[in-house]
Amino acid sequence: MHRFANPARFLRIITAILPWSAGASAALLPLGLYFALIGSPPDYQQGDSVRIMYVHVPAAWMALAVYSVMAASGAVALVWRHPVAELVAQAAAPIGAVFTAMCLITGSLWGQPMWGTWWVWDARLTSVLVLLFLYLGYIALVNAFDDPTRGARAGAVLALVGLVNLPIIKFSVDWWNTLHQPASVARLGGPSIDPQMLLPLFTMAGGFAAFFVTVLILRVRAELLRRKLRVLRLAQAQG
Amino acid sequence: MTGGGFWTMGGYAAYVWPAYAVTTLALIALLLGALRGLRQAERELATLEGSRARRRAPSASAAGDLA
Amino acid sequence: MTRKRRRLYLLLAGLASLAVATTLVLLALQSNLAFFYSPSEVAAQGVPEARRFRLGGLVEPDSVKRQADGVTVEFRVTDTRASLPVRYKGVLPDLFREGQGVVAEGMLQGGVFQASEVLAKHDENYMPPEVAKALKASGRWKEGEGK
Repeated sequence: MHRFANPARFLRIITAILPWSAGASAALLPLGLYFALIGSPPDYQQGDSVRIMYVHVPAAWMALAVYSVMAASGAVALVWRHPVAELVAQAAAPIGAVFTAMCLITGSLWGQPMWGTWWVWDARLTSVLVLLFLYLGYIALVNAFDDPTRGARAGAVLALVGLVNLPIIKFSVDWWNTLHQPASVARLGGPSIDPQMLLPLFTMAGGFAAFFVTVLILRVRAELLRRKLRVLRLAQAQG
Repeated sequence: MTGGGFWTMGGYAAYVWPAYAVTTLALIALLLGALRGLRQAERELATLEGSRARRRAPSASAAGDLA
Repeated sequence: MTRKRRRLYLLLAGLASLAVATTLVLLALQSNLAFFYSPSEVAAQGVPEARRFRLGGLVEPDSVKRQADGVTVEFRVTDTRASLPVRYKGVLPDLFREGQGVVAEGMLQGGVFQASEVLAKHDENYMPPEVAKALKASGRWKEGEGK
């Protein structure tokens, strides 16, 4: 952990990762798109509308994964006061918010033809909407402070409190009656999705994950530069 | 391999295509936003460091007294 | 104890109490978080007439009857233990099939559930039509049964 705490070393590590994550997204996203739209069969019940799954489900996975990254970095920043962890949490939040919104919008576009409604207030949909507001609340809270370190600490506390929402989202379909169907991939007894449909799903998910890492690195780098700018300007102002 | 043609998406074109459009646009926006933020920070830093270097260059002792 | 240690313990204690509090709240809200009730729950609880709620279950095979007017549909919703007759006037979603899941919103009137909205609920199985056909032919799986 402490090996990554040094911003200069951290910058070297993420700069080394960047070409790989960018390359993986550039390869996996078009391939996933091909599998999703052309190279996979329609569903026996849902026809071609099942193709929405290949963007909806990876977006949902990323919404949860990015939140975990954000909360974990927040915890490291709170306990060990590592400035790099602060940066990672802040850089991740807008990306997570976009994935969550993407999940809600594509889900709505899938729900209308299949369920017969754009939106219902069932436990799954509502808890994902709460996740979106957690992301937005985090972003607002962090920016509400003049001192970035205090903002980051307040944000980290909110992110950790919001962590309770993750198991609620995951298990909402098992704990309560919902309109949303139960889990298909991560469940006991193996996935209930045909391998021909798992291929586009996992390719897309891999592409989304690589894309997240790429954008996260770019945002962390920009944030590191901004911190440096701040320090330089302060030094200049004080003479 | 689609059920009812690629563009018609078996009658679900009105839902499938917007879903993919939203996804594509969101990913592009994320990438461009991140790149723009990085470029802007790099530019500002270059300007600041340039001005510091210029001020420091003529007389090292005077630098930093007035800023 | 170092300050880092203390902050870590405080954080873990905070998370643990938060988890306990959330669990208690969720347990208290258990019944209110249900999106729909099954026919056996309705039978057991004795829902009063003219109270709106959502009824969920499977559309009983061979129970769907279209009325002469072409827009009114009658079918039975079952959870294999109990079933209720439903009457609905309007457009049904694409996934509405006999043997498939359905959630209807409305109220009981004279023992019949008058639905104002019918939503389809699909199961967690996804497969190409050929695979579904092959599975059915081999008798390993029947539509609407799930897994």
